[in-house]
Amino acid sequence: MTFSPELEAKFADLITHYPEGRQRAALIPMLMFGQEEVGSITNEFMNEVARRLGLTPMQVDEVVGYYSMLHKKPMGKYHVQVCTNVACMLRGGAELYDQACHKLGLGHKEVSADGLVSLEEVECMGACSWAPAVQVNFDFHHEVTADQLDTILEGLKK
Amino acid sequence: MKLFNEPSPLETKIISFRFGLENSASIDTYLANDGYQALRKALAMTPDDIINEVKASNLRGRGGAGFPTGMKWSFVPRASEKPKYIVVNADESEPGTCKDRLLIQHDPHQLIEGCLLGALAVGAKKGWVYIRGEYNYLIHIMDKAIAEAYKHGFLGKNIGGTDFSFDLYTHTGAGAYECGEESALLESLEGKRGVPRIRPPFPAVSGAFQSPTLLNNVETFSSVPAILRMGGQAYADLGVPKSGGTRLVCMSGHVNKPGVYEVPLGFPMMKFINEIGGGVWKGRALKAVIPGGSSSPLLKAEECDIPMDYDSIAKAGSMLGSGGLMVMDETTDMVKVALRIMRFYQHESCGWCIPCREGTTWLKKMLQRVSDGHGQTRDIDLIGDLAQNMMGRTFCPLGDAAAMPTIAIVKKYRNEFEEYVARNPFATPELVSIA
Repeated sequence: MTFSPELEAKFADLITHYPEGRQRAALIPMLMFGQEEVGSITNEFMNEVARRLGLTPMQVDEVVGYYSMLHKKPMGKYHVQVCTNVACMLRGGAELYDQACHKLGLGHKEVSADGLVSLEEVECMGACSWAPAVQVNFDFHHEVTADQLDTILEGLKK
Repeated sequence: MKLFNEPSPLETKIISFRFGLENSASIDTYLANDGYQALRKALAMTPDDIINEVKASNLRGRGGAGFPTGMKWSFVPRASEKPKYIVVNADESEPGTCKDRLLIQHDPHQLIEGCLLGALAVGAKKGWVYIRGEYNYLIHIMDKAIAEAYKHGFLGKNIGGTDFSFDLYTHTGAGAYECGEESALLESLEGKRGVPRIRPPFPAVSGAFQSPTLLNNVETFSSVPAILRMGGQAYADLGVPKSGGTRLVCMSGHVNKPGVYEVPLGFPMMKFINEIGGGVWKGRALKAVIPGGSSSPLLKAEECDIPMDYDSIAKAGSMLGSGGLMVMDETTDMVKVALRIMRFYQHESCGWCIPCREGTTWLKKMLQRVSDGHGQTRDIDLIGDLAQNMMGRTFCPLGDAAAMPTIAIVKKYRNEFEEYVARNPFATPELVSIA
């Protein structure tokens, strides 16, 4: 399996961050940064990471299964995450999530047929004082109103 | 980067005074505003002097537990032959908390300087900033700041011309509340599932890679440069006895001006809500406050006339926790709040120990049943009993974090649960004798 030169450089650098013989520590960063390029945590990708870190594929798999941001199925090009935890709920987060479900015709962790958009109801993402919050991929949107959500969703084009 | 909310004139800005300056994250702005002065001072001090200064400041951990920081620093066995490490907990994920994000976004060098001071105090040569996966943009900000610090000789070998050397790296999480718990964070740092470790040994003795580790929250480390600059006693005097200094409080929920504000420990809670927060929104009355993140038991409006310091809030039956203060107005449905809190903890329970894994699952099911209108009166008691039986019986504090708010809500707003049950036409049928 091959990666872009930038990602290869990043992997090579990551390994040097941890004490000698403890290179397994690079596993989660490698999976997170790799997922951005590969699109999801595929078996091929897991096997490659396992080989490089001297782990068994199972050891990688059990880690992947634990973390909510590591996806074995590809999410959409735009992954829309709506927080409905208490601080956001108090200011309309649950209603925003319903609105997103209807507008996109998607449920929790579902992906549109063309692979463009996916939706997830997420837990607190650290935007409580500027609630309700929505994240599209890694971009935060604060104090989102119903109209703004419409605009955000309509802007998700190829 | 622009500020997310307007500052308040009532704030006491000690660790947030650079927020809002132009290019506040750059090393030039930092150096022009007292930056790395504490490091210069500390390079001429002994480790014990540094730790004593931190002890004198009465700084207590800002992540949630509120443990005295100076004492934690003194637990690291400096004589140990193993390497010592610094780990920064930037896995901010307690619902209601959004301050560490600002500290890295606006002032990453303050955090780097805090790490250097910790490293000098315990003799560490290497450290990691563990940043939650959702805060991807902060990794770029932090990496840039670290690169600047290397370039200026504040990181790397022979810092300030002395024999002190220190390397600092960022490390990304991948979405798990549990990794905010220190021993689970260390497992995750080592590339494993984020499940907690049995303690003792505590991380100070056996932490990252089984070596002595100084592990503190972002805000805790970020407070230390100011402490060394102004002196521990002067910092302590800003707060109240046993709770020194200032802290960032994240106000959210039903207020007119939600935001993150820096206030001295012991600042009156009602003044904070009414004067800094502009009062409850829409002209409504205050119903309740969650004072320190969703795991802290909520306080009814009449219990909120207290100073915000660790001991005063503990006396009122709650916790200052992570500083996530959530305000609820009179229209708030407490059954829905209890359910939403439990849905969170059930989702985030790592599944390692049974009282938490099963307890949160069953509590969620019962709260859902009540909320759906199918609850029985006995469910209300059962929810309270089950939560009570989780307390202190789990591997890590997540079980308590789920149980504490539940117990408080059921106890303080039992009438609302009863109203839900009363709406159930099939609730508590009469017992019919078959004899």
